Amino acid sequence: MSKKYRDNKNKKYMDVVVPCVVLVIVLVIWQLACTFSLVPSYMLPSPVRVVKAFINDFDLLMEHAKTTLTEAVLGMVLGILLGFVSAALMDAFKVVRQGLYPLLVLTQTIPPVAIAPLLILWFSYGIAPKVVLVVLVSYFPIAIGLLEGFESVDCDLVFLMKSMNASRWQIFWHVKFPSALGEFFSGLKIAASYSIVGAVIAEWLGGFNGLGVYMTRVKKSMSYDKMFAVIFFVSAISLILMAVIKLIQKKAMPYKYIRKQDE
Amino acid sequence: MQKILCANNISKSYGEKEVLKDINLTLDEGELVCLLGVSGVGKTTLFNILSGLMKPDSGKVLLKGEDITGVSGHISYMLQKDLLLPHKIVLDNAALPLVISGMSKKEARDKAASYFERFGLLGTEKKYPVQLSGGMRQRVALLRTYLCGNSVALLDEPFSALDTLTRSSVHEWYLKVMEEIKLSTIFITHDIDEAILISDRICILKGQPAGITDEIVIDEPKPRGQDFVLSDKFLEYKRRIKLML
Repeated sequence: MSKKYRDNKNKKYMDVVVPCVVLVIVLVIWQLACTFSLVPSYMLPSPVRVVKAFINDFDLLMEHAKTTLTEAVLGMVLGILLGFVSAALMDAFKVVRQGLYPLLVLTQTIPPVAIAPLLILWFSYGIAPKVVLVVLVSYFPIAIGLLEGFESVDCDLVFLMKSMNASRWQIFWHVKFPSALGEFFSGLKIAASYSIVGAVIAEWLGGFNGLGVYMTRVKKSMSYDKMFAVIFFVSAISLILMAVIKLIQKKAMPYKYIRKQDE
Repeated sequence: MQKILCANNISKSYGEKEVLKDINLTLDEGELVCLLGVSGVGKTTLFNILSGLMKPDSGKVLLKGEDITGVSGHISYMLQKDLLLPHKIVLDNAALPLVISGMSKKEARDKAASYFERFGLLGTEKKYPVQLSGGMRQRVALLRTYLCGNSVALLDEPFSALDTLTRSSVHEWYLKVMEEIKLSTIFITHDIDEAILISDRICILKGQPAGITDEIVIDEPKPRGQDFVLSDKFLEYKRRIKLML
């Protein structure tokens, strides 16, 4: 028993340690490969140089990150609102679902890179086309997550609510919506990573500010150390955003993280 | 004495298949009637009809003489699973029917909280259902059923998920509470012992389509303890019921 407990604790500990060790090994090999000039430095800058580039350009990166984050968060909020309304409508009216669902799936087969230039053509170079693209990429996982959540509700629960004479709205508010929260947050985490990538892609194709714009600039000046710095920075932002969502989820669904009663 | 609930000639079929045929069932005030039958015989369908969630093909359901066929909300219904909402604390789960009926959240909480002692739930108010044991969850579900505020309750195998020991303590407790709050109950089970132990009358639901083929009155004072379970009388009842099934 106590051994099992220790094993369990060990396992959690190892879950953190193992990936960190692997990451360090990769970084060391990378650094060594650069130090001993196995790879020409203009093709692959060493980790140390990447870090230096990040520190040098820190203020500039933060400035651009502000724009990108604004676009991503704004787009995601709109995506959530839109996703929520359409999922609720699809759940409430069968005909809406029949009409809308295939169309939704179809839109997901279009790569964002392909529509970004069109959006810039329609909404010019400001923040608008980026936000629209983020809405487009984040809407789908949220809407589908919510819809599946609504549909996964135990019919007996709905029966019980009906036996109490609950209205459709009451059933939605007390049962359906809370039951869908888990799926909603799963969708939101996917949407968060999509939305940062979406914003960056839209910025590549034209704009004045944002990490995507920074990327195209450093690419043109062949500063690959800065290129790597911004790439890592973008993935760090995505990770932080996901962590924030996880935190909100813990606050919103405390019951999900309570240990079950042992009988 | 007027019957509190009457079901007259209830019939129901799903497509070609007749499930219930000419069911007649009555319930006196304060009485506990048990519906006994093998699984799949249509007990739950009958409950869905009595509670108004489903319309019978023919027949009527009368509550205190008033026709409530196909109208839900007049009879409290507790389904087989406890069906507590995982996202609400125990207090809000119990108060749910009050909130549904339009009471303010605070008022509903106050009213529900006042029953926690009687239902043996003191101290669980702020917990989430996952933190409770099966027996406690069942109590919360019963309190919620009671707070629906109707004088008749339908319980669909409410204790089947509990282990034997917990079950007998819940039986005792339920009989006590029922008497205190003046509830009339129809109760589904497929456990003969349980039926003999707690009901005033047992109706046997049998056949295809199912009808009430037999009725047996258990004329024993309550609570019926462990001595009764081991007595010859108990075995005699059990033998008779086995023959009926």
